[in-house]
Amino acid sequence: MTMEAYRYADGTITYPGHPVGPDCCEPVDTIDLSEYTAEVLTWTTASVSPPGVREPNHLAIVEFDVDGTPVRAIGQLTTGDVAIGDEIRPVYCDQLRDPSAAIRETDSQDWDGYRFEPV
Amino acid sequence: MTDVAVIGASMTQFGERDAWIRGLLAEAGRACLDDAGVDPHEVEHLYVANMASGEFEGQTGVPNALVSDLAATPAYTQRVDQTSASGGAGIYAAWQSVASGAADLTLLVGGEKMTHRTTGESTDVIASLTHPVEYKHGVTLPSFAGLAARLYLDRYDAPRESLAEVAVKNHANGALNPHAQFQREIHVETALDSPMVADPLRLYDFCPVTDGAAALLFCPVEHARAHTDLFAVVSGVAGATDTHVVHERTDPTTMEAVVDSGEAAFEMAGRDPADVDVAELHDMFTILEFLQLEGLGFAAPGEAWRMAADGRTALDGDLPVNPSGGLKSKGHPLGATGVAQAYELYVQLVGDAGERSVGADVGLACNVGGFGNCVTTTVMEAG
Repeated sequence: MTMEAYRYADGTITYPGHPVGPDCCEPVDTIDLSEYTAEVLTWTTASVSPPGVREPNHLAIVEFDVDGTPVRAIGQLTTGDVAIGDEIRPVYCDQLRDPSAAIRETDSQDWDGYRFEPV
Repeated sequence: MTDVAVIGASMTQFGERDAWIRGLLAEAGRACLDDAGVDPHEVEHLYVANMASGEFEGQTGVPNALVSDLAATPAYTQRVDQTSASGGAGIYAAWQSVASGAADLTLLVGGEKMTHRTTGESTDVIASLTHPVEYKHGVTLPSFAGLAARLYLDRYDAPRESLAEVAVKNHANGALNPHAQFQREIHVETALDSPMVADPLRLYDFCPVTDGAAALLFCPVEHARAHTDLFAVVSGVAGATDTHVVHERTDPTTMEAVVDSGEAAFEMAGRDPADVDVAELHDMFTILEFLQLEGLGFAAPGEAWRMAADGRTALDGDLPVNPSGGLKSKGHPLGATGVAQAYELYVQLVGDAGERSVGADVGLACNVGGFGNCVTTTVMEAG
């Protein structure tokens, strides 16, 4: 498992990857964001969760710096004890929510991924 | 293109209703046709704005059912789904059907039945619009609002109370709206002391889960003039779409689809923000009222938070916002919301808004789907 982002022909990087980049460029490379640290751009703690989601659910939008190129990601935090500007690292989690309780079909997507842990 | 008028409008009581989706849609549709004094068989196109009747209720095919329930056969019908912006998208579709000459009489009915589900289940139905990388982390629309609100308050040094002022204002307006789900005023302290939902946002920063429907009847302006003295004109309508993945946007506190749809609607109408007398904005969360006021050009970035606190967006302010009570107080039955926003503009423009009348000649409605994922802005004027 990697936290795979796509680099496109114009140099932009997105997480998740898409068939084409923001300016319609084809992807040319992948980057594993789990090898980088990031900065918390903003965060929240959701006190009321949908079925199968942990409660409370700490979430953040973070920004990675991949050799000078900013890349953002959203994901669960390992703790609600964070602040804007904190440094985090991705840590693997084999099941982020219980898919059997979700409205979305279990086989339609993956359910593992990376939480963000303050460094 | 043909200039398009609205000659009838209706909305059901919003709140917890015994009726299911078919009953809600039929109630609003019948009331709208009655309001306009039009026979159902005269309807040529019938659009149904609805997000998720299949997911909520196991009832699909609602357009066909509604045509039958209204005795409007053989009108052409189709469903318009743009999540929470289905109603605004329905206005765009209905306007296109008349403006293009494809139909001379088009009925739009929007509705949703939600309250039989738990809040968690309803939240999951709505959250199913998100990208898989968002959904697997349990990201919901309320959590997007918490993320945006924290960044907005931090970046612009806005007081937390400014969000509560939006809730207080919209509850005060809703207290004057007999169709609103909540018809009671609240105090700033009530909002600030309510349970935390998505830090820093609390219960009173959120709209409720709601059942309800609303309807509008469209025809060419020349037909409207022959039919009635009281009608409204759709002078501008435009939609825009932002990225599916919310965190990929350049600025999390700017909704580019609001900016783009607003600019296009203003251009089509030949108007600018200073011309608008009343606005219905998509306050699914209090922070959204700030983001739309700024995105539509009513306030500079980082300045909208001052407007509710200063009373500028109150009924007697220089730009009344959400005189209906907004989603916050009136309620948010997904597919009905954009239609109900235009219903409020219609009654304001034809002088039928009762105690909450603001004396408007030009109104604007902004209907937001997802977290700014897809947006439709409509400018309506007195006929």
